[in-house]
Amino acid sequence: MNPVLKLLLEGGHLSTAQMAQVVGLSEAEVQQHLEQLKKDKIFLGWRPVLDLSRAEAAGAAVRAVIEVKVTPERGGGFNRLAERLARFDEVESCYLMSGGYDLLVFVDGSSLQKVAAFVSEKLSTLEGVLSTSTHFMLRSYKEGGFLIDQNEASSTRLTVTP
Amino acid sequence: MSVDSKRWVAGHVAALPKSGIRDFFELVAKMKGQDVISLGVGEPDFVTPWHIREAAIYALEKGKTYYTSNLGMIELRRAIAGYVSEHFNVSYKPESEILVTVGVSEAIDLALRALCNPGDKVMYHQPCYVSYHPSVALVHAQGVAVPTFAKDHFALTAEALRAAWVPGCKILMLNLPCNPTGGTCDRVQLEAIAAFCREKDLLVMSDEIYSELTFEGTHTSIASLPGMQERTIFLHGFSKAFAMTGWRIGYACGPEPLIDAMMKVHQYTMLCASIIAQEAALEALLRGWDSVCKMRDQYHRRRDLVVRRFNEIGLICHAPRGSFYAFPSTQNMGVSEKDFAVGLLREEKVAVVPGSAFGANGLGHVRACFATSYEQLIVACDRIERYAGTLRK
Repeated sequence: MNPVLKLLLEGGHLSTAQMAQVVGLSEAEVQQHLEQLKKDKIFLGWRPVLDLSRAEAAGAAVRAVIEVKVTPERGGGFNRLAERLARFDEVESCYLMSGGYDLLVFVDGSSLQKVAAFVSEKLSTLEGVLSTSTHFMLRSYKEGGFLIDQNEASSTRLTVTP
Repeated sequence: MSVDSKRWVAGHVAALPKSGIRDFFELVAKMKGQDVISLGVGEPDFVTPWHIREAAIYALEKGKTYYTSNLGMIELRRAIAGYVSEHFNVSYKPESEILVTVGVSEAIDLALRALCNPGDKVMYHQPCYVSYHPSVALVHAQGVAVPTFAKDHFALTAEALRAAWVPGCKILMLNLPCNPTGGTCDRVQLEAIAAFCREKDLLVMSDEIYSELTFEGTHTSIASLPGMQERTIFLHGFSKAFAMTGWRIGYACGPEPLIDAMMKVHQYTMLCASIIAQEAALEALLRGWDSVCKMRDQYHRRRDLVVRRFNEIGLICHAPRGSFYAFPSTQNMGVSEKDFAVGLLREEKVAVVPGSAFGANGLGHVRACFATSYEQLIVACDRIERYAGTLRK
């Protein structure tokens, strides 16, 4: 397996210089591996994980999860509609689901009104969309693998032990 | 009125040397708040996986606060039997051949107390874990150190064993992979050791606490070799592989008469291991293997990183096949390993443990634990490189 991919799968946040040290390659080689992974569309890109409930970080103050029921098309299934939906800037992630609805859509917006407007004007009016059910997120406890506001006590490890 | 309280301390306890680790710990403790990177620890940097912690919380909520059987919870012993059979290829009866202890340390103490008469001789390879010699001395037995060497990557050889053997040797203690050297033995080497043990009628105490952290090849337990199960006490625990050092759960597996004898000492001294920790250990065995593999893979990459950097710096270092310790030689540095460790701590704020803390054969080496994040390891190696540079001038 691509050694850089292994590190990425650890959920790491190392710089390319640090990755180079860990896997024993030059920085240029790590860069090459990253480029290859991008070309193969395995590695899609970097994103910071932020606690958006903090005032300083509140670029997207409102987040909603929307369950969408749609009519699948002959030939295309759910894909055409899902791909179209995914292109909206407001849509942060979009998944096809099993169970009581078809698509699960994560939407970011700067205000409640903007998210509501997106749902009522853009999303629910798309041809094929049967119904939507919008849930606004109230609080985040874990974000992208990081715990929020919970302290782990690992720093209490003694400095020298047998 | 001043009383000399010291005179009440038993002679054999007063005679025990203070742990070299302790001295060094105090030196590091004095530098609190100074951005010290410690490679001096002997435990994982991972916190116990949450599902294991959660199982302990659940046990508390369910009111599991009682003593358990002296041998340990039968569910846990059954799980241990399954785990040992699957991973080490040895079968033990959960009802009578497995004893749950307070860490492997207690199991070692129990075994020595149950088996040694005063004056019996106990062999162990050296450099070794700091408690081996004192544990032997505490039961009025005599330690016989068998040297292991850097040229063998600190594997124990049957030749060294034969050279060190003296009449009266009764027990051989093994710790493979080894703390502090990371040394271990392959199957062929183990077979030669096993043959020697059969020839000299030695009982083996095999502490395999680092076995899951074997990076190349597969770990072989000496207990699994032909004719060895009946003369081996297999010792293992949860501290290293499952990142559970503070829970203090270990276990001993062996022939019923030996486990029975150990249990006698255990029941009169410890009674049983903590039920909450036993519940957590059970969860670890049932659902913890994925976490073990993930942690092992990270240790593997960290090992490759530090071993490569150490060798580049001139700290000659074999790649330990197991454990999370590198044991580089300081011979190119022009100073003793003690001065190197103290200087490195003072000048560059990196703590490593002088190898002499692990016995005379550790001279000229330091132990560096790589159970620390990549970022810290990279910075630590940069600092060590800078310090090594000043020594060469």
